[in-house]
Amino acid sequence: MHDKPDSDLLLAVEGVTLQYRTRDHLVTATYRVSFNVHRSDRFVIVGPSGCGKSTLLKAVGGYIRPVEGEIRLNGARISKPGPDRVLVFQEFDQLLPWKTVKQNITFALLASGRMGRREAEDRAMHYIDKVNLSGFADSFPHTLSGGMKQRVAIARGMAMEPDILLMDEPFAALDALTRGKMQEELLQLWDDTKFTVLFVTHSIPEAVRVGSRILLLSAHPGQVKAEMNSSGADARDRNGRPLAEQIEDLLFDKPAAERIATHV
Amino acid sequence: MSDVSSVVPRAALPRPEIFNTVSTSGLGVVEQPLGLWERLLGLAVVRKTFLLVLIALVWELYGRWLGNSLLFPTFGETASAFLTGLVSGELVRSAWFSIKLLLQGYVIGLLLAAAFTALASATRIGADLLETLTSMFNPLPSIALLPLAMIWFGLGNPSIIFVLVHAVLWSVALNTHGGFRAVSPTWRMVGQNYGLSKVGYVVRILIPGAFPSILTGLKIGWAFAWRTLIAAELVFGASGGDGGLGWYIFQHKNQLDIPSVFAGLLTVIIFGLVVENVVFRMIERSTVQRWGMQT
Repeated sequence: MHDKPDSDLLLAVEGVTLQYRTRDHLVTATYRVSFNVHRSDRFVIVGPSGCGKSTLLKAVGGYIRPVEGEIRLNGARISKPGPDRVLVFQEFDQLLPWKTVKQNITFALLASGRMGRREAEDRAMHYIDKVNLSGFADSFPHTLSGGMKQRVAIARGMAMEPDILLMDEPFAALDALTRGKMQEELLQLWDDTKFTVLFVTHSIPEAVRVGSRILLLSAHPGQVKAEMNSSGADARDRNGRPLAEQIEDLLFDKPAAERIATHV
Repeated sequence: MSDVSSVVPRAALPRPEIFNTVSTSGLGVVEQPLGLWERLLGLAVVRKTFLLVLIALVWELYGRWLGNSLLFPTFGETASAFLTGLVSGELVRSAWFSIKLLLQGYVIGLLLAAAFTALASATRIGADLLETLTSMFNPLPSIALLPLAMIWFGLGNPSIIFVLVHAVLWSVALNTHGGFRAVSPTWRMVGQNYGLSKVGYVVRILIPGAFPSILTGLKIGWAFAWRTLIAAELVFGASGGDGGLGWYIFQHKNQLDIPSVFAGLLTVIIFGLVVENVVFRMIERSTVQRWGMQT
């Protein structure tokens, strides 16, 4: 569809198998997963619990090494964590409690040694403003609500202006109302700066709403089932079926109509 | 029963819906400051001061009823002995002597604990070593090492410092090591994400993350050291020329000046209270409580 098909390629995941050890098992989390993330993609990985999607994200983050295949960012093989890929976690405790909202962000900017204090503070305030938390810049994280903490974490990730923002179910621990609002805000932020994001979720509606491209993983071990485009509006296909329903059918190997019938 | 309820159609008995207009006028109190008395009672300081006054009163009454200041001097006699000791400078000198020794032992103990913890964090065998040594030596009361220390280092300050180091080292090292291991994996990943150096990672992630445990270790170490010091000074009382609080107590017991013995004990108590409730409280307030890591 492009003249130069690979000029937009940012992250290439090729045949990646991931394994981790528990006390008495060697578990295969994903098996030969391949996909490409292009610049300004909102790339969502969706799958049931235990499909290895979080493990996959941590591998892109550089925390886990693939036993097979490789992950390349801008053509360079990923071998360790680095500030060019910033992770936003599900856990509220990803903010350091001994630092204020602003310090949490300036700490990240200063630790990576890419700018001076003055500049770091200006940039921190800019992104705090973007997530509408200007009034809380000097608050400590424990005084904030869950949604506000996640906003700070997103602001911290964006302030780093990484090549790719990695989000590991960032809204999963929020209540439904806050989650909807946060999805909306994330899309607005994306409209502003068109950053590239790799987003992991187990919620199909969230995947459909947030993603521009959706990767479906099967359960245990995760293998690629499909890769689909999304316009964000749960568009219907030729047969008039909404995207969310198609995804459900693909993930659960069972027509949605049948499953809904059993709930009535 | 369940058959019947499932047969009844859901909309069979429509209940009226309710819509209210919410208004705040005429509500009375939304938020009102508490009375002075209630606020005073809410302060632990006020309640505890009241208890202290009560204890002093009971002490005074019992002392007067007994009427034997060789066994149990009254609060008044003790207070005046305390003041005499302060004015003559003897008590102040003794206290300063003890504190100097204590700080020396404490600092050396902390440095050793830091070295042990660093070793334990760096290697697995180091961790095993620390855990084994701690489980061996932590239950051993420091004062039990004093006879040995006297043979090794003679009758002087080095012996006391040796037992103080033993009192501080294990509890601080144990708590710091445990605190490091309990630092949340999320914080660790955050620290790695931003490309911190090894030293930066320890200073900016591990130490603050483990600070509640480290502080507990410092407090326990301090309490152990203080008790050990006074006990060791009591043993040394017979030899030294210039001595600490333990020596002060021992000496006045020999002179049958029991109010001064009480004054010495009171000084030990006051000093312990001040360090515990002022110094460590202040550190707690400005760190772990401010960060919401401890309530």
